Order: sequence, then C-alpha cells, then structure tokens
Amino acid sequence: MKREIPILIVGITGFAMLIQYFIPTDWSEFIFTYSQDWVIVIGIIAMPLGIWSLVKANVNKLKVPGERFYSAVLLGGFLIMVLTCLKEESRMAGSFHMDLFNYVLVPIQATIFSLLAFFIASAAYRAFRARSILATILLLTAFLIMARFIPLGPISIINLKIDAWILQVPNMAANRAIMMGIGLGATATAMKIILGIERTYMGHD
Amino acid sequence: MNIFQKMMQIDRRWVYLAIGLAVIIPSIKSFDVPVTVSPEVKRIYDFVDSLQAGDYVFICVDYDPSSMAELNPMAVAIVNQAFVKDLKAIFVTLSQFGPGLVEQITSQLAANHNKINGVDYAFLGYRPYPAITILAMGVDFSVPFPQDYYGTPLDSLPVMNGIKNFDDVKGVIEITSGNTADFWLIYGNGRYGFPLAIGITGVMSANYYQYLSSGQLFGIIPGVKGAAEYEELVGFPGEGKAQMAYQVIAHSVIIIFIIISNVAYFATRKRKAGLEGGNQ
Amino acid sequence: MNYFNRVLFALMLLLMIGGGVLAQDTGLTAVAAPDTLGPPAPQPPTNITVTDREDDGGHGLVIRWELSEDDGQGLNNVNMYDILRSSALDGEYMSRGIVPSGTNEFIDEDDQELTGSDPNLNFMPTGSTWYYKLAAISVENVRSVESEVVAGTTESNLFHWGKLPILFGVLIFGGFLLAFISQAKKGRELYVRPLSGINAVDDAIGRATEMGKPILFILGLGTAGDIATIAGFTILARVARRTAEYQTKVLVPVQDPVVLAVAQETVRTAYLEAGRPDQYNPDNVFYVTALQFPYVAAVNGIMLREKPATNFYCGKFYAESLILAETGNIAGSIQISGTDEIGQLPFFVAATDYTLIGEELYAASAYLSREPVQLGTLKAQDYTKAVAMVIVIIGAVLITLGLPFLLNLITVSL
Repeated sequence: MKREIPILIVGITGFAMLIQYFIPTDWSEFIFTYSQDWVIVIGIIAMPLGIWSLVKANVNKLKVPGERFYSAVLLGGFLIMVLTCLKEESRMAGSFHMDLFNYVLVPIQATIFSLLAFFIASAAYRAFRARSILATILLLTAFLIMARFIPLGPISIINLKIDAWILQVPNMAANRAIMMGIGLGATATAMKIILGIERTYMGHD
Repeated sequence: MNIFQKMMQIDRRWVYLAIGLAVIIPSIKSFDVPVTVSPEVKRIYDFVDSLQAGDYVFICVDYDPSSMAELNPMAVAIVNQAFVKDLKAIFVTLSQFGPGLVEQITSQLAANHNKINGVDYAFLGYRPYPAITILAMGVDFSVPFPQDYYGTPLDSLPVMNGIKNFDDVKGVIEITSGNTADFWLIYGNGRYGFPLAIGITGVMSANYYQYLSSGQLFGIIPGVKGAAEYEELVGFPGEGKAQMAYQVIAHSVIIIFIIISNVAYFATRKRKAGLEGGNQ
Repeated sequence: MNYFNRVLFALMLLLMIGGGVLAQDTGLTAVAAPDTLGPPAPQPPTNITVTDREDDGGHGLVIRWELSEDDGQGLNNVNMYDILRSSALDGEYMSRGIVPSGTNEFIDEDDQELTGSDPNLNFMPTGSTWYYKLAAISVENVRSVESEVVAGTTESNLFHWGKLPILFGVLIFGGFLLAFISQAKKGRELYVRPLSGINAVDDAIGRATEMGKPILFILGLGTAGDIATIAGFTILARVARRTAEYQTKVLVPVQDPVVLAVAQETVRTAYLEAGRPDQYNPDNVFYVTALQFPYVAAVNGIMLREKPATNFYCGKFYAESLILAETGNIAGSIQISGTDEIGQLPFFVAATDYTLIGEELYAASAYLSREPVQLGTLKAQDYTKAVAMVIVIIGAVLITLGLPFLLNLITVSL
C-alpha cells in the first residue's frame, strides 16, 4: 500500500489536471490556481530541509582536513548573512547586510559568470576542429556568426545579412525540430509518470 | 614533438592568458569600434521613434546583477530614447533582483531628463510567478500592483490616469537574461496580442530569432553588440559601445586560436598519413 | 378660389408633404442637428450583435457591428469607436474601450472579482446580462449619435473548443502508447536506435570504479516539477544502483530543497535494491544553494578537490553549463551530459564527451532499463513524431498552394 497510494495519487491528480486543461470554467481555474499555490507551499516547507542538509554536511566536513577550510568559510558566510538580516532595516539600502550583498556576493557572482569568457576560448580551441564534414560546417558557421563582432567595413553588411539568414532559417528549423522532439518526449515522460510506468522518483523500503 | 603537435596540446593557461590580455588591453587603451546596425535592432528603435509624446511604453526589467554588463546598456539606451521623446514609461520587474536595477536606471536617467516619478513614469515593482502576473496585468495593472514600488496607490499616480492594461500601451519591451521572455511570448503577446520586443544576452539570441520569423516578436536586441547598435541609433554612446572594443579583440583572439588549432590539426593529420604511407 | 389662392394652397400642401417626408423617424434615438459652423458628426455603427465569448468561464462578451457609413467611405471621418456598457437598460453607460476605425469587433471581459481587496465593479459574473451601445468618433473628436442598445448574457462553457487539436494530439499519442505497450507486453522485439551517450554510461561508471574516484551527478537548476529533472532522477536511480553494486561513491549536489528530498530517496532506494543499504550515506546527496553562480562555484570546487572520474549533467542548465563542463575537463573527468535547454546544447556538445540532446535525455530511462513497456513508449513517441512530420510537410505544401485549411484545422486558440 505504501507504494500503491502515491502511484494512485499521481495518477488521479495527473488525469485531473489533464482534464482541467480543456475545461475553462471558474471551478476548473480555481483547481489550477489552488494546485499551483500548493506547489509553492511545498517548496517553502522543503526549504528547512535544504538548510539542514547544507549545515549538517559541512559541519561533518569540518572534521576532514582537506575539506575543513572550505566548509568553515561556507558556514561562516552563512551565519554572517543570517545574523545580519535579522532586523527589519537590514534589508534597506545602506545596511551592512545589503552592503555584503552588493559589494561581496554580487561581484563574486559576476566573477564566476565572467569565467565563461575564458572557458569559451578553451572549449572552442579544443572542439572547433574540422574533423568531419559536419564539424567543418559547424566551424564555418561559427566563423560567420563571430565575424559580426568585427568591423569589416562593407563586408559587415553582407555578413549581417548572412547571419540573419543563418539565425532565421536553418537555426530556426533546428530549434523547432528539437522543440518538437522535446515536447513529445516531455508528454511521453509525463504520461509514463501518470500511468505509473515510471516510478524511479519514488522510494520504497 | 614538433611544433604542430605542441600546438595541438597547448596548455589551456596560455589560452586564458591570451583572453585575459585581450580584455585588459582595451581597458588601458580603448578605441571606437564602428557599429553596423542590424534590422532587428533598428525595428525596435523605429517603433519607439514612431510614438508621439504622451504615448505609453511598457518596459520590463528581468535580469540580475550577473547580466548587468550585457543588458544594462540596452535598458539605459531605450529609457533615454523614451524620455527624450517624452513618452510615458511604465516599469515592472519579474526578477527578484530587478527592483534595485530599475531604481538605479530610473533615478539616474529621470534626473538627466527632468522626469518626475508618478508623473512621467511609474515603477510598479516586483511580483513573482511571471505567468500569473502577466495575465493579471492584461486585465488591469492594479490587480497585481495595487500600489507602485514606493507604496503609492496606483490610482493616485497622474501617469496611470487613463490607462488600465496592455490595451492602453503601444508596446512592451522585455529585457531579460532568464526565461521570462517565454512567459511574455505565451501569456503576453500570445494572449493579448500587443507588440513585443526583447533585449536578451547574446547566448540566448539563437533561441529567439524564430519568434522574429513567426511575427511574435517585432525586434530583438542581442547582447552587447545589440546594445551598442541601439546606442548608435539613439545617439547616447554608453557602456555598450565602450564594451565593443573588448568584444572585437576577444572574438579576434578566439578566431585566431581556432585557426591555429585547425592548422595544427591538419598538419599533424597529414604527417600521420605521410608516415603511414611510408610504413606501407 | 382665385388663381392666387390655388397657388398658395398648392405651395402649402407641398410644404406639409415635404416636411412630413423629411421628419420621418429613422429609428435613431435622437437626431443631432448638423452644426453648420463646426465639423460634421459621423454616422454611428449599425447592426450591433452581442454574443457570449466562446471557450471561457463565462466572463466575456463579444460585441460586433457594421462599420459606420462614414468609415472609409461617405464623409470618411471616423477615427475610432467608443463601446459603452451598462448593467441595466436605463442605467448609466460607461466606456469599456475605444477601438480604431476599421475595427468591427470588441471583446469585453473581466474575470477579476476583486481589485486589490475591494470588489471590482466591472467584474462580469457568469450569467450576467449587460447592455451595450456604440458611438463613432470623428478625427475632429465629434461624437456620432449613439446606436441602439443591444443586450448580451455571459455563459460558461464546459469545453474549450479552441484546444481541440491538442486533445486530438493527446488521443493520437495515447493510442500509439497503448498499442505499443500492448505489443511490448506480448513480447515483440522493439528496435530503438543506439545512443552513444547511453552506451557510455556503464563504461563511465566502470572507469570511476577502476580509478577509485567518485562519480559526480548534477541534476541542474530545475525544480522537481521539470521534466528534465525527473528524467535526471531516472538516470540517477540507474547510476546509483550500479555504483552501489561496485561500491563507488556518488556525489549529488543539488540546488533545490524538493529536488534534494527526491534525490536522497532515489539514491537510498537504489542502494536498497542493490542490497547495500548500509553503504548509503545521506551526506553524499546534499543541498548547496538556490542561487545559480554560487552553486556553480561550489560544484567547481568539488570537481577540483575530489577529481571525480565521471561527471553526469542531466537536467536543466543555463549559463553555467560551460563553466561546469570545462572545469570537469580540467579535472580530467569523462563527462556525459543531457539537457532540454536548446541554448545550452552547443556548449555541452563542444565541452563534454557525450551529449543527450533534448528528448534523448527523456528516453534515457527506457534505454537503461530496456524494459519492454518503456521501449513501447519510445516507439509511440517516434510514430507520433512521424505523424507530426507528415502533417508539417502536407501543410507546408498546401499553404504554398494557397490552401490554409489544414493550418486552420490544427491551429489552437488559447
């Protein structure tokens, strides 16, 4: 029963939401909005689980010599952000908490994002080799798209036109083909879950 | 190991060093980069340019600080153009980091153009759940936003007199680094049919050109290059144009590395074939 | 009567008859006397109809009319139409909207009961009756006389006919699904094309075992409701079971608390099914942070310190995909990736060893288990895709020939 009841709940709610999609009445809209609200509530209830997992895992790692330093930094940062946020005014601009956010967290996030510039270069160096016909086509297309950033005078105008065609015709066709496949795959996965064929997300004893 | 084999196995740190220099050099000695304007950017400029003083334009700022470098220049350029043309601008954000960014843009540019909050523009604030918020705004802006970001009731703002929902604005421009553009396409343009344009990061642009072809979008500003093109059009050179120097050098370095890698690949391939031929 | 009196009598008769003709009632509620000093008023729209809006919950009406005689013809001075509404025939009429000239339809709808916490006075409940009249407004801002009043009542619809093509699609797919599942259960061999990424999973796990290094499994930045994340769970279950059998460590850093709960349960069950429940360590499946780049920083740190032999990226990824993949490359890991985010696929293709593109990620569960029922769903997908391809090709040919009926048949109105 421990396994059957969740499968039954998934099946019934799955079919109910499928039918709800085709019914435009007020009570149908209410069911949809109500279920969306519950998704948010479940997410909020699960947040303490995440915090507990994070703190517990890193407290355990304090005992491990190689991991100790990084876990200590994580736990220290976590405590500082929580303690500095306790007062109402700490969320206003100019408070210590907001200064930590604006002048520590935000620049660090931007720094990690900026790693992309370096990694794109190294990935391109490794991957963009004309090993086959398809790889050569990929290479030439990449050149044409990258060339739009380089001022080439009158050639830039021609390049922009070619780029617009590449982006609006073959790129669009490939995007739509992948999207159709994804749409069907998502439908199949959802059907498998609703019908109880796919159960790996559920645990059992 | 000959030079071509060494080139094939170049330590990635040399690549990082080259890119590092490519972005440092323009900061020491910058230069102007001539920008060719693409049609999809010009369409947005022409649309805003065609509006009359007093017309309403809706601007949604949905990016976070990590994408500021790429998206802030285009947001500033669009708002500059709107204020110069005396358009009424309504700002909204569906990103949790958006309020600070909108405040920064509006307070700075409003001061430059003598625009008054509540009279010439309004910032409605932030709401989560983009789909629900967009659908509600399509009925009435005051449903998800009974007050503006500063707590003033919407019906007491002079700029909100006479406008109720998307039917009363000439178009929506969404600037985003996430997936909120999809919500605007489905629930905004798809449901209410208003003209929609987006400003997005360069890496996202390949995904959205198909909506340009289908007519669901009337314009796209892709990344820093798009921002530089828009600044070129409005005549307010800003961060977008300044960053083009970095873009040109970095892209040139990447292209050079790709050429080196392919030269080395073909050279080592020929050499292998030559040796094999000899062994045969 | 003399001659003069006869002429006078005839003139008076003519005046009376002519005045009677000119004074005929044309059905308008009022006749606006032409202002000989100002611009003329346009004629109002006529033949107004008000019908229930289709495919809704009973909160909208559609108002249609025939254009004014001065819209595009006649005086040609109509600029817009004003649609007025009242809740009673003789009540106060308020403007519900203005539409430009040339437009002959207006949708009046309002399904919000409240504005903030106050009742919305414009709310249109199901079964309510509303009265409409229209006026044309000229370019000089002169209003026409108002048209006749027409009433309409809102009705709730039980089925959204605009979504009928979607229902047909679901039924077609459902039909294929049931057919192939039934065939699979009867033992028929179902061929599916090989996927190199799936074939590499066992080798990748074996590599980790030989090297004595852990496996890093990254479920991406999606929530537990995203199909890509669910597909990631199914792959995680298979990988965790193998790692339990080979006694290899698997690390699963997650970005969402609900995903954490499901991932922990998935790995725990996998270890149980492999007969090694005591080896399951819940600290190996741990929450990191909800923010994108801090999550990336944490995972990068794990990669560079732990140096996993194999990295799996299965789920929803955004800008961080290349950062993760390149760092994995630096750490010397074999990398198998799969995502349905089209924009990130090129990065994974360039930087990882094997990539599952879009639906291949969803199909991984069927490939790894080789269960007949799972393979049956794959075949159903493929046949539905074939039907879609045929419709696209036929539709494209028909549109090119100027025959849009297939397009009209499959168009969905939400």
